[in-house]
Amino acid sequence: MSIRVLKPGLSTTVQDGGRFGYAHLGISPCGPADRLSMRIANRMVGNDEYAPALEMTLMGATLEFESDATIALAGANCGCVLAEERVGAFTPLPTAAGMVLHCGSTTDGARTYLAVRGGIEVPLIMGSASTDVRGKFGGVEGRRLKAGDVLKISSAGARQPQRVRREALQKMHSEGPIRVTRGAQHHWFCPAEYGRFLTSPYVVSEQSDRAGLRLKGEAINTVERRQLLTDGIPLGAIQVPQDGQPIILFVDQQTTGGYPKITNVIAADIHRVGQLRPRDQVRFAEVSICQAFEALREQERWFEEIWQE
Amino acid sequence: MLGDLRSGGLRKPMKMIPASDSSVLVVFGEAITPEMHRRVLNLFHALRSRRDRRIRNLHPGYVSLLVDFDPLALTHERIFALIEEASEAEPGANPGCTKLVDVPVHYGEEHGPDLADVAAHAQLAVEEVVRLHSSATYDVSFLGFTAGFAYLSGMPETLSMPRLATPRRSVVAGSVGIAGGQTGIYPTETPGGWRLIGRTPLRMFDSRRSAPTLVLPGDQVRFTSISRAEFERLWQECA
Repeated sequence: MSIRVLKPGLSTTVQDGGRFGYAHLGISPCGPADRLSMRIANRMVGNDEYAPALEMTLMGATLEFESDATIALAGANCGCVLAEERVGAFTPLPTAAGMVLHCGSTTDGARTYLAVRGGIEVPLIMGSASTDVRGKFGGVEGRRLKAGDVLKISSAGARQPQRVRREALQKMHSEGPIRVTRGAQHHWFCPAEYGRFLTSPYVVSEQSDRAGLRLKGEAINTVERRQLLTDGIPLGAIQVPQDGQPIILFVDQQTTGGYPKITNVIAADIHRVGQLRPRDQVRFAEVSICQAFEALREQERWFEEIWQE
Repeated sequence: MLGDLRSGGLRKPMKMIPASDSSVLVVFGEAITPEMHRRVLNLFHALRSRRDRRIRNLHPGYVSLLVDFDPLALTHERIFALIEEASEAEPGANPGCTKLVDVPVHYGEEHGPDLADVAAHAQLAVEEVVRLHSSATYDVSFLGFTAGFAYLSGMPETLSMPRLATPRRSVVAGSVGIAGGQTGIYPTETPGGWRLIGRTPLRMFDSRRSAPTLVLPGDQVRFTSISRAEFERLWQECA
Protein backbone atom coordinates (compact mmCIF):
# COMPACT_ATOMS: atom_id res chain seq x y z
CA MET A 1 0.00 0.00 0.00
CA SER A 2 1.59 3.22 -1.07
CA ILE A 3 1.25 6.75 -2.43
CA ARG A 4 3.49 8.16 -5.16
CA VAL A 5 4.41 11.83 -5.09
CA LEU A 6 3.91 13.31 -8.57
CA LYS A 7 4.41 16.94 -7.50
CA PRO A 8 5.62 17.74 -4.00
CA GLY A 9 4.02 21.18 -3.58
CA LEU A 10 5.86 24.04 -1.93
CA SER A 11 6.80 22.39 1.36
CA THR A 12 5.22 19.06 2.18
CA THR A 13 6.53 17.00 5.10
CA VAL A 14 5.55 13.99 7.16
CA GLN A 15 4.64 15.00 10.71
CA ASP A 16 3.26 13.25 13.78
CA GLY A 17 2.65 14.63 17.27
CA GLY A 18 6.26 15.76 17.54
CA ARG A 19 9.58 14.72 19.05
CA PHE A 20 9.66 15.46 22.75
CA GLY A 21 12.30 14.72 25.39
CA TYR A 22 15.39 15.74 23.41
CA ALA A 23 15.50 19.53 23.78
CA HIS A 24 18.65 19.17 25.93
CA LEU A 25 20.36 17.81 22.80
CA GLY A 26 19.23 20.87 20.85
CA ILE A 27 16.43 18.95 19.14
CA SER A 28 13.20 20.84 18.42
CA PRO A 29 9.79 19.26 18.87
CA CYS A 30 8.70 19.69 15.22
CA GLY A 31 5.25 18.11 14.77
CA PRO A 32 2.22 19.73 13.15
CA ALA A 33 2.03 23.50 12.72
CA ASP A 34 -1.74 23.22 13.19
CA ARG A 35 -2.23 20.49 15.75
CA LEU A 36 -6.04 20.65 15.72
CA SER A 37 -6.30 20.13 11.96
CA MET A 38 -3.96 17.14 12.11
CA ARG A 39 -6.00 15.60 14.92
CA ILE A 40 -9.24 16.12 12.97
CA ALA A 41 -7.80 14.62 9.75
CA ASN A 42 -6.53 11.55 11.55
CA ARG A 43 -9.73 10.97 13.48
CA MET A 44 -11.77 11.14 10.29
CA VAL A 45 -9.89 8.12 8.95
CA GLY A 46 -9.96 6.28 12.29
CA ASN A 47 -6.28 6.80 13.16
CA ASP A 48 -4.65 7.85 16.40
CA GLU A 49 -4.90 11.63 16.46
CA TYR A 50 -1.17 11.99 15.97
CA ALA A 51 -0.57 9.22 13.41
CA PRO A 52 2.03 10.30 10.80
CA ALA A 53 0.30 12.44 8.16
CA LEU A 54 1.26 14.91 5.44
CA GLU A 55 1.48 18.60 6.17
CA MET A 56 1.24 20.69 2.97
CA THR A 57 2.14 24.37 2.96
CA LEU A 58 0.63 27.14 0.77
CA MET A 59 0.77 24.99 -2.38
CA GLY A 60 -0.33 21.38 -2.01
CA ALA A 61 1.01 18.19 -3.54
CA THR A 62 -0.19 16.00 -6.40
CA LEU A 63 -0.31 12.38 -5.30
CA GLU A 64 -1.10 9.11 -7.02
CA PHE A 65 -2.59 6.28 -4.99
CA GLU A 66 -1.05 2.94 -5.84
CA SER A 67 -3.64 1.06 -3.85
CA ASP A 68 -7.09 1.54 -2.36
CA ALA A 69 -7.02 3.80 0.67
CA THR A 70 -9.15 6.09 2.79
CA ILE A 71 -7.94 9.64 3.16
CA ALA A 72 -9.14 12.84 4.79
CA LEU A 73 -8.15 16.47 4.46
CA ALA A 74 -8.32 19.13 7.14
CA GLY A 75 -6.97 22.61 7.66
CA ALA A 76 -6.74 25.24 4.94
CA ASN A 77 -8.79 24.83 1.78
CA CYS A 78 -6.59 24.13 -1.23
CA GLY A 79 -9.01 23.28 -4.01
CA CYS A 80 -8.44 19.54 -3.96
CA VAL A 81 -9.40 17.44 -6.95
CA LEU A 82 -9.57 13.65 -6.65
CA ALA A 83 -9.88 11.68 -9.88
CA GLU A 84 -10.97 14.89 -11.57
CA GLU A 85 -13.74 15.58 -9.10
CA ARG A 86 -13.69 18.47 -6.70
CA VAL A 87 -13.46 17.19 -3.12
CA GLY A 88 -13.80 19.06 0.14
CA ALA A 89 -12.02 18.90 3.43
CA PHE A 90 -13.54 17.44 6.58
CA THR A 91 -15.03 14.34 4.98
CA PRO A 92 -13.38 10.91 4.62
CA LEU A 93 -12.65 10.03 0.97
CA PRO A 94 -12.17 6.53 -0.41
CA THR A 95 -9.53 6.29 -3.13
CA ALA A 96 -8.83 3.49 -5.57
CA ALA A 97 -5.53 2.41 -7.08
CA GLY A 98 -4.53 4.76 -9.90
CA MET A 99 -6.50 7.74 -8.65
CA VAL A 100 -4.71 11.08 -8.55
CA LEU A 101 -5.28 13.71 -5.88
CA HIS A 102 -4.33 17.20 -6.90
CA CYS A 103 -4.05 19.87 -4.22
CA GLY A 104 -3.74 23.52 -5.26
CA SER A 105 -2.94 26.74 -3.45
CA THR A 106 -4.40 27.32 -0.01
CA THR A 107 -7.02 30.03 0.06
CA ASP A 108 -7.95 30.52 3.69
CA GLY A 109 -4.86 29.56 5.62
CA ALA A 110 -1.36 28.21 5.17
CA ARG A 111 -1.51 24.48 5.83
CA THR A 112 -3.57 21.48 4.82
CA TYR A 113 -3.27 18.05 6.44
CA LEU A 114 -3.75 14.82 4.59
CA ALA A 115 -4.29 11.77 6.75
CA VAL A 116 -4.50 8.28 5.34
CA ARG A 117 -6.12 5.38 7.14
CA GLY A 118 -3.31 3.44 8.84
CA GLY A 119 -0.93 6.39 8.78
CA ILE A 120 2.20 7.00 6.72
CA GLU A 121 5.02 4.64 7.51
CA VAL A 122 8.46 6.14 8.02
CA PRO A 123 11.21 5.07 10.42
CA LEU A 124 10.84 6.55 13.90
CA ILE A 125 13.79 8.71 14.87
CA MET A 126 14.02 9.35 18.61
CA GLY A 127 10.50 8.04 18.88
CA SER A 128 8.94 10.30 16.26
CA ALA A 129 8.04 10.27 12.56
CA SER A 130 8.20 14.07 12.33
CA THR A 131 10.47 15.63 9.74
CA ASP A 132 13.16 17.90 11.17
CA VAL A 133 14.29 19.82 8.08
CA ARG A 134 16.90 21.85 9.96
CA GLY A 135 18.42 18.75 11.60
CA LYS A 136 17.90 16.77 8.35
CA PHE A 137 16.33 13.72 9.95
CA GLY A 138 12.91 12.17 10.49
CA GLY A 139 10.06 11.87 7.98
CA VAL A 140 11.32 10.99 4.51
CA GLU A 141 15.12 11.30 4.70
CA GLY A 142 14.87 14.40 6.86
CA ARG A 143 13.60 16.57 4.03
CA ARG A 144 10.56 17.96 2.25
CA LEU A 145 8.92 15.53 -0.17
CA LYS A 146 10.05 15.54 -3.77
CA ALA A 147 8.60 14.14 -6.98
CA GLY A 148 9.09 10.40 -7.23
CA ASP A 149 8.97 9.72 -3.48
CA VAL A 150 6.87 6.69 -2.60
CA LEU A 151 5.12 6.84 0.77
CA LYS A 152 4.22 3.54 2.39
CA ILE A 153 0.85 3.34 4.08
CA SER A 154 1.02 1.53 7.38
CA SER A 155 -1.37 -1.31 8.03
CA ALA A 156 -1.50 -0.27 11.67
CA GLY A 157 -4.84 -1.05 13.28
CA ALA A 158 -7.32 1.74 12.79
CA ARG A 159 -10.54 2.57 14.57
CA GLN A 160 -13.95 3.50 13.24
CA PRO A 161 -13.69 6.66 11.09
CA GLN A 162 -15.53 9.62 12.60
CA ARG A 163 -17.47 12.32 10.84
CA VAL A 164 -17.18 15.90 11.86
CA ARG A 165 -20.07 18.34 12.24
CA ARG A 166 -18.95 21.04 9.83
CA GLU A 167 -20.90 23.84 11.44
CA ALA A 168 -18.95 23.19 14.67
CA LEU A 169 -15.66 24.01 12.95
CA GLN A 170 -16.32 27.72 12.63
CA LYS A 171 -14.94 28.34 16.09
CA MET A 172 -11.60 26.86 15.14
CA HIS A 173 -9.94 29.85 13.56
CA SER A 174 -11.32 32.93 15.20
CA GLU A 175 -10.59 36.32 13.68
CA GLY A 176 -9.63 37.87 16.99
CA PRO A 177 -6.13 38.78 18.12
CA ILE A 178 -3.67 36.00 18.93
CA ARG A 179 -3.64 35.59 22.67
CA VAL A 180 -0.34 35.78 24.53
CA THR A 181 0.92 35.57 28.09
CA ARG A 182 3.88 37.51 29.45
CA GLY A 183 7.26 36.23 28.36
CA ALA A 184 10.15 35.36 30.65
CA GLN A 185 11.85 38.72 29.91
CA HIS A 186 8.75 40.94 29.65
CA HIS A 187 10.31 43.25 32.27
CA TRP A 188 13.12 44.02 29.82
CA PHE A 189 10.56 46.23 28.06
CA CYS A 190 9.21 49.40 29.63
CA PRO A 191 5.38 49.67 29.87
CA ALA A 192 5.22 51.98 26.82
CA GLU A 193 7.17 49.56 24.61
CA TYR A 194 5.25 46.57 25.96
CA GLY A 195 1.99 48.39 25.30
CA ARG A 196 3.09 49.28 21.79
CA PHE A 197 3.63 45.60 21.02
CA LEU A 198 0.08 44.82 22.14
CA THR A 199 -1.60 47.68 20.30
CA SER A 200 0.27 47.57 16.98
CA PRO A 201 -0.66 45.45 13.99
CA TYR A 202 2.13 43.31 12.52
CA VAL A 203 2.53 41.74 9.12
CA VAL A 204 3.90 38.22 8.65
CA SER A 205 7.06 38.51 6.57
CA GLU A 206 7.93 36.31 3.59
CA GLN A 207 10.97 35.12 5.55
CA SER A 208 8.82 32.95 7.76
CA ASP A 209 8.83 29.20 8.12
CA ARG A 210 8.17 26.48 10.68
CA ALA A 211 11.17 27.61 12.73
CA GLY A 212 9.92 31.15 13.15
CA LEU A 213 7.50 33.75 11.84
CA ARG A 214 9.19 37.09 11.34
CA LEU A 215 6.88 40.04 11.88
CA LYS A 216 7.12 43.50 10.37
CA GLY A 217 5.71 46.55 12.09
CA GLU A 218 6.40 48.90 14.99
CA ALA A 219 9.89 48.29 16.37
CA ILE A 220 9.99 47.41 20.07
CA ASN A 221 12.95 48.59 22.11
CA THR A 222 14.30 47.01 25.26
CA VAL A 223 15.35 49.06 28.25
CA GLU A 224 18.11 46.58 29.06
CA ARG A 225 21.55 47.31 27.73
CA ARG A 226 23.03 43.97 28.77
CA GLN A 227 22.93 40.86 26.61
CA LEU A 228 20.66 38.03 27.64
CA LEU A 229 22.53 34.89 28.67
CA THR A 230 21.30 32.23 26.24
CA ASP A 231 18.34 30.36 27.74
CA GLY A 232 15.65 27.89 26.73
CA ILE A 233 12.87 28.92 24.34
CA PRO A 234 9.30 27.72 24.88
CA LEU A 235 7.08 26.95 21.89
CA GLY A 236 5.39 30.12 20.69
CA ALA A 237 7.80 32.50 22.41
CA ILE A 238 7.89 35.95 20.81
CA GLN A 239 11.44 37.24 20.91
CA VAL A 240 12.64 40.71 20.06
CA PRO A 241 16.08 40.94 18.44
CA GLN A 242 18.09 44.19 18.25
CA ASP A 243 16.18 45.53 15.24
CA GLY A 244 13.00 45.48 17.34
CA GLN A 245 11.00 43.37 14.85
CA PRO A 246 9.39 40.49 16.78
CA ILE A 247 9.77 36.82 15.80
CA ILE A 248 7.32 34.08 16.82
CA LEU A 249 9.39 30.96 17.47
CA PHE A 250 7.51 28.02 16.11
CA VAL A 251 7.48 24.21 15.95
CA ASP A 252 10.90 23.77 14.25
CA GLN A 253 12.39 26.43 16.53
CA GLN A 254 15.87 26.50 17.97
CA THR A 255 15.78 25.16 21.53
CA THR A 256 17.81 28.00 23.05
CA GLY A 257 18.38 31.62 22.16
CA GLY A 258 19.82 34.90 23.30
CA TYR A 259 17.09 37.44 22.58
CA PRO A 260 14.60 38.63 25.22
CA LYS A 261 11.15 37.08 24.99
CA ILE A 262 8.41 39.67 25.42
CA THR A 263 5.34 37.41 25.31
CA ASN A 264 4.34 33.85 24.44
CA VAL A 265 1.45 32.60 22.31
CA ILE A 266 -0.96 30.55 24.45
CA ALA A 267 -1.23 26.81 23.76
CA ALA A 268 -4.84 27.19 22.60
CA ASP A 269 -3.78 29.61 19.82
CA ILE A 270 -0.60 27.93 18.55
CA HIS A 271 -2.59 26.21 15.76
CA ARG A 272 -3.70 29.63 14.50
CA VAL A 273 -0.07 30.66 14.08
CA GLY A 274 0.32 27.56 11.89
CA GLN A 275 -2.32 28.93 9.53
CA LEU A 276 -0.78 32.40 9.12
CA ARG A 277 0.38 33.21 5.61
CA PRO A 278 3.04 35.65 4.50
CA ARG A 279 1.53 39.19 4.38
CA ASP A 280 -1.26 38.28 6.82
CA GLN A 281 -1.84 40.90 9.49
CA VAL A 282 -1.77 39.87 13.15
CA ARG A 283 -2.56 41.54 16.43
CA PHE A 284 -1.90 40.32 19.93
CA ALA A 285 -3.87 40.47 23.16
CA GLU A 286 -2.54 39.65 26.60
CA VAL A 287 -4.33 37.13 28.81
CA SER A 288 -3.40 35.70 32.19
CA ILE A 289 -1.94 32.23 32.62
CA CYS A 290 -5.26 31.17 34.20
CA GLN A 291 -7.20 32.42 31.17
CA ALA A 292 -4.76 30.58 28.91
CA PHE A 293 -5.34 27.31 30.78
CA GLU A 294 -9.09 27.83 30.65
CA ALA A 295 -8.97 28.54 26.89
CA LEU A 296 -7.11 25.27 26.34
CA ARG A 297 -9.57 23.25 28.41
CA GLU A 298 -12.47 24.88 26.59
CA GLN A 299 -10.84 24.03 23.27
CA GLU A 300 -10.51 20.38 24.31
CA ARG A 301 -14.18 20.28 25.30
CA TRP A 302 -15.09 21.80 21.94
CA PHE A 303 -12.89 19.24 20.17
CA GLU A 304 -14.92 16.40 21.66
CA GLU A 305 -18.18 18.04 20.61
CA ILE A 306 -17.45 18.48 16.91
CA TRP A 307 -17.99 14.81 16.07
CA GLN A 308 -21.20 13.33 14.72
CA GLU A 309 -22.77 10.61 16.82
CA MET B 1 3.34 34.87 39.50
CA LEU B 2 6.85 34.39 40.66
CA GLY B 3 8.05 31.65 42.93
CA ASP B 4 11.01 32.79 44.98
CA LEU B 5 12.33 29.93 47.01
CA ARG B 6 14.52 30.53 50.01
CA SER B 7 14.05 27.42 52.07
CA GLY B 8 16.63 26.82 54.79
CA GLY B 9 19.99 25.11 54.86
CA LEU B 10 22.70 25.83 52.35
CA ARG B 11 20.29 26.13 49.44
CA LYS B 12 20.66 29.20 47.33
CA PRO B 13 17.54 30.95 46.02
CA MET B 14 16.15 30.19 42.62
CA LYS B 15 13.40 31.97 40.75
CA MET B 16 10.61 30.15 38.98
CA ILE B 17 9.11 32.31 36.26
CA PRO B 18 6.16 31.14 34.14
CA ALA B 19 7.60 31.58 30.63
CA SER B 20 4.35 30.47 28.96
CA ASP B 21 1.20 28.53 29.90
CA SER B 22 3.21 25.35 29.28
CA SER B 23 6.63 26.16 30.71
CA VAL B 24 8.59 27.50 33.64
CA LEU B 25 11.99 29.16 33.48
CA VAL B 26 14.01 28.31 36.59
CA VAL B 27 16.66 31.01 37.00
CA PHE B 28 19.57 30.47 39.39
CA GLY B 29 21.48 33.74 38.97
CA GLU B 30 22.87 36.26 36.57
CA ALA B 31 26.50 35.34 36.01
CA ILE B 32 28.09 32.36 34.28
CA THR B 33 30.07 30.58 37.00
CA PRO B 34 30.97 26.91 37.60
CA GLU B 35 28.57 26.98 40.56
CA MET B 36 25.68 28.07 38.28
CA HIS B 37 26.60 25.41 35.76
CA ARG B 38 26.51 22.76 38.50
CA ARG B 39 23.14 23.93 39.83
CA VAL B 40 21.53 23.97 36.38
CA LEU B 41 22.80 20.46 35.68
CA ASN B 42 21.78 19.13 39.10
CA LEU B 43 18.17 20.20 38.59
CA PHE B 44 18.25 18.96 34.99
CA HIS B 45 19.42 15.49 36.09
CA ALA B 46 17.05 15.41 39.09
CA LEU B 47 14.02 16.17 36.88
CA ARG B 48 15.15 13.93 34.04
CA SER B 49 15.67 10.93 36.30
CA ARG B 50 11.98 11.06 37.24
CA ARG B 51 10.92 10.10 33.71
CA ASP B 52 7.70 12.03 34.28
CA ARG B 53 5.87 12.03 30.95
CA ARG B 54 3.99 15.18 31.89
CA ILE B 55 7.32 16.98 31.57
CA ARG B 56 7.88 17.18 27.81
CA ASN B 57 11.26 18.85 27.51
CA LEU B 58 14.11 20.27 29.56
CA HIS B 59 16.24 23.07 28.11
CA PRO B 60 19.35 23.85 30.16
CA GLY B 61 20.90 27.30 29.56
CA TYR B 62 23.87 29.16 31.08
CA VAL B 63 22.13 30.08 34.35
CA SER B 64 18.65 28.64 33.89
CA LEU B 65 16.60 25.57 33.09
CA LEU B 66 13.42 25.80 31.03
CA VAL B 67 10.91 23.12 32.00
CA ASP B 68 8.30 22.49 29.31
CA PHE B 69 5.22 20.56 30.42
CA ASP B 70 1.89 19.31 29.12
CA PRO B 71 -0.60 22.01 30.17
CA LEU B 72 -3.48 19.52 30.09
CA ALA B 73 -1.69 17.33 32.63
CA LEU B 74 0.01 19.88 34.93
CA THR B 75 -0.50 23.40 36.20
CA HIS B 76 2.15 25.91 37.20
CA GLU B 77 1.43 25.24 40.87
CA ARG B 78 2.03 21.53 40.41
CA ILE B 79 5.17 22.01 38.36
CA PHE B 80 6.54 24.52 40.91
CA ALA B 81 6.09 21.84 43.58
CA LEU B 82 7.75 19.17 41.42
CA ILE B 83 10.71 21.45 40.70
CA GLU B 84 11.06 22.35 44.36
CA GLU B 85 10.98 18.70 45.31
CA ALA B 86 13.55 17.80 42.67
CA SER B 87 15.83 20.65 43.71
CA GLU B 88 15.77 19.42 47.29
CA ALA B 89 17.13 16.11 46.08
CA GLU B 90 19.89 18.16 44.43
CA PRO B 91 23.29 17.00 45.64
CA GLY B 92 23.20 13.21 45.10
CA ALA B 93 21.04 13.41 42.01
CA ASN B 94 23.81 13.91 39.45
CA PRO B 95 24.44 10.46 38.01
CA GLY B 96 28.16 11.29 37.82
CA CYS B 97 28.54 9.87 34.35
CA THR B 98 29.97 12.99 32.74
CA LYS B 99 32.86 12.30 30.40
CA LEU B 100 35.87 13.95 28.81
CA VAL B 101 35.63 13.85 25.02
CA ASP B 102 38.73 14.27 22.86
CA VAL B 103 37.93 16.06 19.63
CA PRO B 104 40.63 15.86 16.93
CA VAL B 105 40.75 18.98 14.74
CA HIS B 106 42.58 19.77 11.55
CA TYR B 107 43.25 23.49 11.99
CA GLY B 108 43.51 25.95 9.11
CA GLU B 109 43.60 25.57 5.32
CA GLU B 110 40.18 24.97 3.75
CA HIS B 111 38.96 23.51 7.05
CA GLY B 112 39.60 26.74 8.93
CA PRO B 113 39.33 29.64 6.49
CA ASP B 114 39.25 32.24 9.29
CA LEU B 115 42.24 30.95 11.26
CA ALA B 116 44.58 33.64 9.90
CA ASP B 117 42.04 36.39 10.74
CA VAL B 118 41.64 35.09 14.29
CA ALA B 119 45.44 35.08 14.66
CA ALA B 120 45.72 38.62 13.30
CA HIS B 121 42.92 39.80 15.58
CA ALA B 122 44.63 38.26 18.61
CA GLN B 123 48.04 39.49 17.40
CA LEU B 124 49.38 35.98 17.69
CA ALA B 125 51.07 33.53 15.35
CA VAL B 126 48.71 30.97 13.79
CA GLU B 127 50.58 28.18 15.61
CA GLU B 128 50.00 29.96 18.92
CA VAL B 129 46.24 30.19 18.27
CA VAL B 130 46.17 26.46 17.58
CA ARG B 131 48.25 25.76 20.69
CA LEU B 132 45.98 27.87 22.91
CA HIS B 133 42.74 26.54 21.46
CA SER B 134 43.87 22.92 21.85
CA SER B 135 45.36 23.31 25.32
CA ALA B 136 42.20 24.33 27.20
CA THR B 137 39.62 21.97 28.67
CA TYR B 138 36.10 23.13 27.84
CA ASP B 139 32.85 22.58 29.71
CA VAL B 140 29.75 21.69 27.71
CA SER B 141 27.42 24.28 29.24
CA PHE B 142 24.43 23.02 27.28
CA LEU B 143 23.32 22.03 23.79
CA GLY B 144 21.04 24.27 21.79
CA PHE B 145 20.57 26.41 18.69
CA THR B 146 20.46 23.34 16.46
CA ALA B 147 20.50 19.56 16.93
CA GLY B 148 23.70 18.60 18.72
CA PHE B 149 25.30 22.07 18.90
CA ALA B 150 27.31 22.25 22.13
CA TYR B 151 27.95 25.59 23.83
CA LEU B 152 31.51 25.28 25.15
CA SER B 153 32.89 27.55 27.81
CA GLY B 154 36.53 27.91 28.86
CA MET B 155 38.19 29.34 25.76
CA PRO B 156 41.30 31.44 26.46
CA GLU B 157 40.12 35.05 26.30
CA THR B 158 42.83 36.17 23.88
CA LEU B 159 41.12 34.12 21.15
CA SER B 160 37.83 36.05 21.40
CA MET B 161 36.66 37.56 18.16
CA PRO B 162 33.24 38.87 17.08
CA ARG B 163 31.31 36.73 14.61
CA LEU B 164 31.33 37.53 10.89
CA ALA B 165 29.29 40.58 9.88
CA THR B 166 27.63 38.50 7.18
CA PRO B 167 27.09 34.84 8.05
CA ARG B 168 28.16 32.20 5.53
CA ARG B 169 25.28 30.61 3.66
CA SER B 170 26.62 27.21 4.46
CA VAL B 171 29.10 25.84 6.99
CA VAL B 172 30.07 22.17 6.68
CA ALA B 173 29.40 19.76 9.55
CA GLY B 174 32.33 19.37 11.92
CA SER B 175 33.57 22.95 11.47
CA VAL B 176 35.06 24.43 14.63
CA GLY B 177 34.40 28.11 15.13
CA ILE B 178 34.77 31.08 17.44
CA ALA B 179 32.07 33.67 18.22
CA GLY B 180 32.91 36.25 20.86
CA GLY B 181 34.36 34.34 23.81
CA GLN B 182 32.74 31.07 22.81
CA THR B 183 33.93 28.19 20.72
CA GLY B 184 31.78 25.47 19.21
CA ILE B 185 31.46 22.73 16.61
CA TYR B 186 28.82 22.77 13.86
CA PRO B 187 27.11 19.36 14.12
CA THR B 188 25.27 19.60 10.80
CA GLU B 189 25.61 21.73 7.72
CA THR B 190 23.87 25.05 8.42
CA PRO B 191 24.29 28.73 7.64
CA GLY B 192 26.57 30.26 10.26
CA GLY B 193 28.47 33.35 11.31
CA TRP B 194 31.19 31.89 13.53
CA ARG B 195 34.88 32.35 12.60
CA LEU B 196 35.98 28.96 11.33
CA ILE B 197 39.40 27.81 12.52
CA GLY B 198 39.34 24.08 11.79
CA ARG B 199 37.26 20.98 11.31
CA THR B 200 36.83 17.69 13.15
CA PRO B 201 36.27 14.40 11.32
CA LEU B 202 34.01 13.25 14.19
CA ARG B 203 30.27 13.13 13.55
CA MET B 204 29.10 15.25 16.48
CA PHE B 205 25.47 14.50 15.66
CA ASP B 206 23.95 11.46 13.99
CA SER B 207 20.22 10.96 14.44
CA ARG B 208 20.58 7.22 13.74
CA ARG B 209 22.90 6.54 16.68
CA SER B 210 21.35 5.44 19.98
CA ALA B 211 23.24 8.39 21.49
CA PRO B 212 22.63 10.98 18.74
CA THR B 213 25.15 13.48 20.14
CA LEU B 214 28.78 12.81 21.12
CA VAL B 215 28.53 15.15 24.10
CA LEU B 216 25.93 15.87 26.75
CA PRO B 217 25.44 18.90 29.00
CA GLY B 218 28.04 18.62 31.79
CA ASP B 219 30.65 16.77 29.71
CA GLN B 220 34.08 18.21 28.98
CA VAL B 221 35.81 18.62 25.65
CA ARG B 222 39.49 18.84 24.67
CA PHE B 223 40.69 19.60 21.15
CA THR B 224 43.80 17.96 19.69
CA SER B 225 45.52 19.23 16.57
CA ILE B 226 45.80 16.64 13.79
CA SER B 227 47.30 16.65 10.31
CA ARG B 228 45.33 16.65 7.10
CA ALA B 229 46.28 12.99 6.51
CA GLU B 230 45.02 12.08 9.95
CA PHE B 231 41.80 14.01 9.27
CA GLU B 232 41.23 12.06 6.04
CA ARG B 233 41.91 8.74 7.78
CA LEU B 234 39.54 9.49 10.69
CA TRP B 235 36.91 10.87 8.31
CA GLN B 236 36.77 7.50 6.54
CA GLU B 237 36.80 5.64 9.85
CA CYS B 238 33.89 7.62 11.29
CA ALA B 239 31.71 7.24 8.19
